[in-house]
Parts: sequence; structure tokens; C-alpha cells
Amino acid sequence: MVTRSSFLLSITRIFTWTFLLGLAVVVLYPLLWMVLNGFKENAELFGNPFALPVAWNWENYVDAWNRGVDNYLMTSVLVTITSTVATVFISAWAAFGLTRVNIPFSRTIVTLILGGLMLAPTVALVPLVKLFQSLGLYNTFWALLILYTAFRIPFTTFLIRAYMIDLPREVDEAAEVDGASKATTFWKIILPMCKPIIVSTVILHVLFAWNEYLFAMVFTSGTEMQTLPVGLTSLMSKHGTDYPVVFAGMAIAALPVVLLFFAGQRYFIKGLADGVGK
Amino acid sequence: MLLQQPSKTASGAGLVQPVPGRRRLRRPGARRDRSSSGRLSSVRLRSFAWVLPAVLLLGSFVYLPLLQNFAFSTLEWDIYSGRQTFIGGDNYVKLMQDPVFWSALGNNVLYAVISIAFQVFGAIVLAAMIEGIRSDRWRRALRAIYFIPSAISLTVAGLLFYFIYEPNLGMLNYVLETLGLAAWAQPWLGQESTAMLAVIAMSQWQGFGYSTLLFAVAIQRIPSELYEAAALDGIGPARRLFHITMPLVREMSGLMIIVTISGAFQVFNEVMVMTSGGPNNSTQVLGTWLYRNGFVRNDFGYAAAIATVIFVVTLGLALGQLYISRKRRVEW
Repeated sequence: MVTRSSFLLSITRIFTWTFLLGLAVVVLYPLLWMVLNGFKENAELFGNPFALPVAWNWENYVDAWNRGVDNYLMTSVLVTITSTVATVFISAWAAFGLTRVNIPFSRTIVTLILGGLMLAPTVALVPLVKLFQSLGLYNTFWALLILYTAFRIPFTTFLIRAYMIDLPREVDEAAEVDGASKATTFWKIILPMCKPIIVSTVILHVLFAWNEYLFAMVFTSGTEMQTLPVGLTSLMSKHGTDYPVVFAGMAIAALPVVLLFFAGQRYFIKGLADGVGK
Repeated sequence: MLLQQPSKTASGAGLVQPVPGRRRLRRPGARRDRSSSGRLSSVRLRSFAWVLPAVLLLGSFVYLPLLQNFAFSTLEWDIYSGRQTFIGGDNYVKLMQDPVFWSALGNNVLYAVISIAFQVFGAIVLAAMIEGIRSDRWRRALRAIYFIPSAISLTVAGLLFYFIYEPNLGMLNYVLETLGLAAWAQPWLGQESTAMLAVIAMSQWQGFGYSTLLFAVAIQRIPSELYEAAALDGIGPARRLFHITMPLVREMSGLMIIVTISGAFQVFNEVMVMTSGGPNNSTQVLGTWLYRNGFVRNDFGYAAAIATVIFVVTLGLALGQLYISRKRRVEW
């Protein structure tokens, strides 16, 4: 009896490991293929897809960089950083006001801000294009900054507010007794205490802004203003026959977020759990 | 500058000093006094500065366009003159009679169903398998590896799979030929029968790690005594999965099902990158059909009508999600 169940157990274990490792290969191999193809000559691509590159051509990566990826990357970095800072500060600011300042109609305001969570960006797309055209902001950096900030405020405020609610009131009261203003309490006391959730929201926003496609595609055109995701598709359509350069461009686009993920894995997981778990 | 305003407000209220122009002297303890909330004093008005940036941005760029969308959906836009004519519900009538709209809606539903199978139920089983591993290092490594595709953008993943499905240099057909299954090799994205499934398959590859990670976190919260007791009673891993893990991550599953369906109705990026809705509109989803009508054919009114359908579906699901999380909060 004991031997039979331990035999079954080891069978289960072998099956589990085979499955888990097999799945890891299915995930990793396409990514490896992408990076390796970035080093190949065009003709090599049509041979054995599992072959290693004959020579390691860094030129494809340099080529991709010079054919616009440098611009796309700069735009992506700029839009990601500015919209992250704007979103997180405006959201933390609002979350503080909603949890620690006596604001008239605060329930209505909470509903208004968090209600934005329920709205899909696609729904507002057509009027937004008209609006940005009339504001003269179409195809500018401002369009993406404003959209990325406005559409992510609900989610970011939701997370920071949930965290701030749980912070003890005594902290504020102590600060108040010491004569600190609300703003000082926010900057010097509450914001530093919110560091874990701030890190999570920063990571979640960076991931969003770096990868966003719909707005970037509709609101920008031309190498100067396009972000990486849209830039890659134009690289593809412009140099569609020069596949290794496209592969190199994709690898360049993927690398920063993968590194960010491994660098901040702990916060990352916590952030994602906060995002859905709350 | 805006950031400075509340500081004045609050410090004024914090210091117990009679400020000229203010009628009532407030002691710190009396500040939350309900009786004072009837009148909007300048102090209380200034407290709006905390939420003003958020409310202004949301009002102008989220809510206003949303309302405009309903108005747009009742108009016919002349592309050349830019003139708008009110046509009432005609765009919706047109929608009901548009076969591509229905097939797009069907594709969204297919997307949702397959994603629930893989990214909710598949992910629970996978997360349970991972959390069953004894080595902490392996657990962490596997979770991280599975997550990588979710960190890279859908655009990169979509382009990557465009090449994997490509008949001449793609990996998939090569693998099939190597395995002696040359007969199965086909132009995956190039024919109507397989294109949609190929796009959805890519999306599962890209997204399963994300939900697996979330379920893994949920499973970690289950007290380990439950598993230990079950193991002592000789209950096997499969029964533990069905009788302990699944019931205890039920709320998370409910939430994930709704998030997944809602996501499936907003699909745009991967379809756009891989097929642009082709061949022969077989991979159109609501998002891409909206884009095509609005920005390729410049039929803004019709695009707005499609947007309304997306709005109704996603809002309905979001309210359902709210209901579930409310219920859960009461249970806890």
C-alpha cells in the first residue's frame, strides 16, 4: 500500500516537473529566438530556425537603433517618466485629500475618480481625437502625457487611497499638534510612509506607459513622436524585408521592462497583487 | 503653484489664531464639526485643491469624451465638408445589420471563453503546481519565467508570433515538419479558419503568467495547516486542488473572470499588430472594427456606436466586479 502510493506520488512528481519545465521552454524559447534572430543575416532566417547565428552581427542592433529606434526609445522614456511622475503625484495628492482632509462632497468625488476605473479607453477614442485636434495637441508629446495620466489616475488613486486609509490617524494628529500644515504632513510624513505602494504604482504605471499601443498609435505619427510599440510596427512596415533588424528592434524594446521586472521583482509582485487583490 | 494652496489653508486652520475675515474661530478639535459643513467657507473651498488636478483631468479627458461619444453616435459625418447631420438611432440600426459587427462580437466572446479557460482555470492549476514545489528558489524562478511575456509589450509579443506563424521562416511550421507532422503546417495567420485562434493563442502565451502569479499569491495566503492536515489524512494532490485550493481562491477567481472578460472586450493591440483584422475581416474584434470605421473610413458616427457597445459591456462587467468585491468585504 505504502509503496503503491509512493510510486504514484513519484509519477505525479515526474509529470509535474516535465510539465512545468516544458512550459518554461515554451515561454523562453520564442524570446531567445527573437534575440538570436537579431544577430543573424537575413538569408539565415529562412534556414533552420533553431540554428545559432553563423556570426554575431551586432550591426543589426546598431541598424535598428539608427533607423528610428533611438527616437522611439527617447520618446518612450520621456513619456514614461513624465506620465509616471504626473500620475503618481496627482493620485497621491488626491488620495491624501480624500482620506485626510475634510472636503465637501468627498463621497461624490471618490465615486467620480474611482468610477473612471470602469471606463475603457476605446470608448472615448473618437471624441478624444476631435478634442486634441481642436486643442492643437494632436501628434504632440502632450497628448500622450495627458492621456496616460488622465486614464491612469483612477487606478493609481484607488491603490494609494486604499493604502492611506489603513495608516494610523495618530500620525496626522501628532503632526497637527506640532503645528504642521496639511501639506507638510503630506510631504514629510504620509508620503514617505506610503513608499511601498508608491513603488508598486510606479512599476505598474511604467509597465503601462512603456507598452501602451492604442493611444500611441492613434495620437502620434512620424518617427519623431512615436513611442516604441508603434515605432516597431512602422519599422516593420518600412523595412519589412530586413527581418533581423526588426528582431533587433523588438529585443531592444523588450529589454528595459524585463530588466526592470527582475530588478524590482518583489515590489512588482506586490504591486500586481495589490492591483487585483484589493 | 496649485500645490501651495492647501498648505496655507491647513496651516491657518491648525494654528489657533483669529484670522481676519474669518467669522468663526476654530479650535483643532472642532474642525470636523458637522454643523460647519453647511456653509462652504473659503477654507473648505480651498480644500478642493487636493482633488482638483485629478478631477479636472478626468472630467475633461475621460468623462467629457465619454458623453460626447453618445452624441457622436447619433450623427452622420460628411468626410469632405465635415458637416454633421443628426440621424438618431440609424447608426445602431446599421450596426445590427452589419455582419462584421456580429462576427467581431463573436470573436470577442471566443477570446473571453478561451482566456477564462487558460488564464483563470489553467492558471489556478498551474499556480497550485508551482506552490506545491518544495524548493523556494524553483518556485520563484518559475513564477518569474512565466511572467516575462506579460512584462514585454503585446506589440513585441504580437510581432514575435507574427514571425513564429510565418510560413517561410516561422518556427511553428518548422517544428511540425521536424516532428513529422508536415501535413499540419499552414499559413496560420493567412487563412480565415485559423487566424483568430492563432491570435488568441499568442495572447494566452503572453498573459497566462500574469494571472498565474496572482493566483500563486492568493494560494500563499491559504494556511499551510490545511494542506498538512489533508496530506496526513492521505488526501492526494488532485483532491487537495479541488477541495482546498479552488474553493479558497474562489473570490479571486470570480474577480479574475470578470477582469478577463472585460479585457477580452477591449482587445485591440495584438489583433492590430498581427492581422489588422484580416484576412477578410475574420479577425476583427470590436476595438479594431471601431478603429477601421472611425479612422480608416472616417465614419465617426458609426465608430461611436461601436464604442457604445463596448461601453455597455465593460461597464456592466465592472459593476459586477464591484458587486463581488463588496460582497467579499462583508464576508471578511
